Amino acid sequence: MVNESVIWNYLTEVADPEIPVLTILDLGIVRKVSIEGDHVQVTITPTYSGCPAMKLIEDEIIAKLREYKIDNVDVDLVLSPAWSTDWISEEGRDKLREYGIAPPEDEVDKSVLFSEPTVVPCPKCQSRNTRMISLFGSTACKAQYQCNECLEPFDYFKCLK
Amino acid sequence: MEHLFEYVLRIGDDSLILGQRLAEWCGHGPILEEDIAMTNISLDLIGQATTLLDYAAKIEGKGKNADQLAFLRFDKDYRNLLLVEQPNGDFGMTMMRQFFFDAFRKPFFEALQHSKDEQLSAIAEKSLKETRYHLKHSSEWVIRLGDGTEESHQRIQESLDALYRYTDELFYSDEVQKAMESAGIAPKMDDVRSEWNKTVDYVLNEATLKIPDNQWKFEGGRRGMHSEHLGYILADMQYMQRAYPGLEW
Ligand SMILES: [Zn+2]
Repeated sequence: MVNESVIWNYLTEVADPEIPVLTILDLGIVRKVSIEGDHVQVTITPTYSGCPAMKLIEDEIIAKLREYKIDNVDVDLVLSPAWSTDWISEEGRDKLREYGIAPPEDEVDKSVLFSEPTVVPCPKCQSRNTRMISLFGSTACKAQYQCNECLEPFDYFKCLK
Repeated sequence: MEHLFEYVLRIGDDSLILGQRLAEWCGHGPILEEDIAMTNISLDLIGQATTLLDYAAKIEGKGKNADQLAFLRFDKDYRNLLLVEQPNGDFGMTMMRQFFFDAFRKPFFEALQHSKDEQLSAIAEKSLKETRYHLKHSSEWVIRLGDGTEESHQRIQESLDALYRYTDELFYSDEVQKAMESAGIAPKMDDVRSEWNKTVDYVLNEATLKIPDNQWKFEGGRRGMHSEHLGYILADMQYMQRAYPGLEW
């Protein structure tokens, strides 16, 4: 018998296409799973408005559940409440660090236009002596940093609240 | 309903056309980081446009989708601001245009979160978070270039002089706007304007730049009366859908 927790469990096997060390559950983008009869509804939320991975994630959820012979699946997208980096799991944060991406740090109030750039520890050597190179990085959710100690350039998964 | 369709189209078209403009920088940025920044911002805007135009299409109820609205309308059917269709010019010109727009979009989305229209409120909540990054980025460049070398100061002052005339239209008010305001759907433009003024005054002061006085103010975009630039944007943007109708990838 397929129940919701079984589906949640299957979803732990769907990786984020852009950061494959994270599952979509680590990222916190799956908001709801509901079952009615043999119909499964999975509700996801985008990280950024233009995130090009959303369609792919939708397809991968459907493909994954099909592997378990669950064919009647719909994936819908909700915008509110808007995704927050707070929803990335602790496990997800550890995986990011291991992968070489600095996980989101708590940042000061974003309503202030100019604040000091956030101190982001280097994921390689843990030094806090790093600098921001650019607020924007290889994907919408990342910024570019460099470590002043070991000189490693690295991605920072920027805080979105 | 007709007013709501028109209203959503305005917000969606602003995102779409500015997103398209920024995408023109792809591969042409002055440095790699800025190339990436501008295309990231473009992507956010196009993502917003997709949701907004999708919603507009639903309101219109003619069985169209977001792509059909984006790619198959004629220039007079676009409702974007004249500001966002202005050419990129140099990097400073692009940042100045972006700054004027971001300084508007931030208070606009903040207020739109409280819209009585649930879908608009959700879009605003989502988009606001991105817009804060956009505004931080464009403000920093305006300050850096304005308070930079003699040449960078002079050039970005010229950009400001060229673009300022389009900023009054940000707060355009007509029958549609008023109807949406009184329905509790649209933010009050006077409130948005006072927030915009605060940000602009602060940043331009830091940047040692001056607002030109006594300029003629341009408007027309909200009524479909565009500058000659929009046609070129559409030619580029619509080519594939016009040549291969219904093409998907
Ligand atoms: Zn390091």
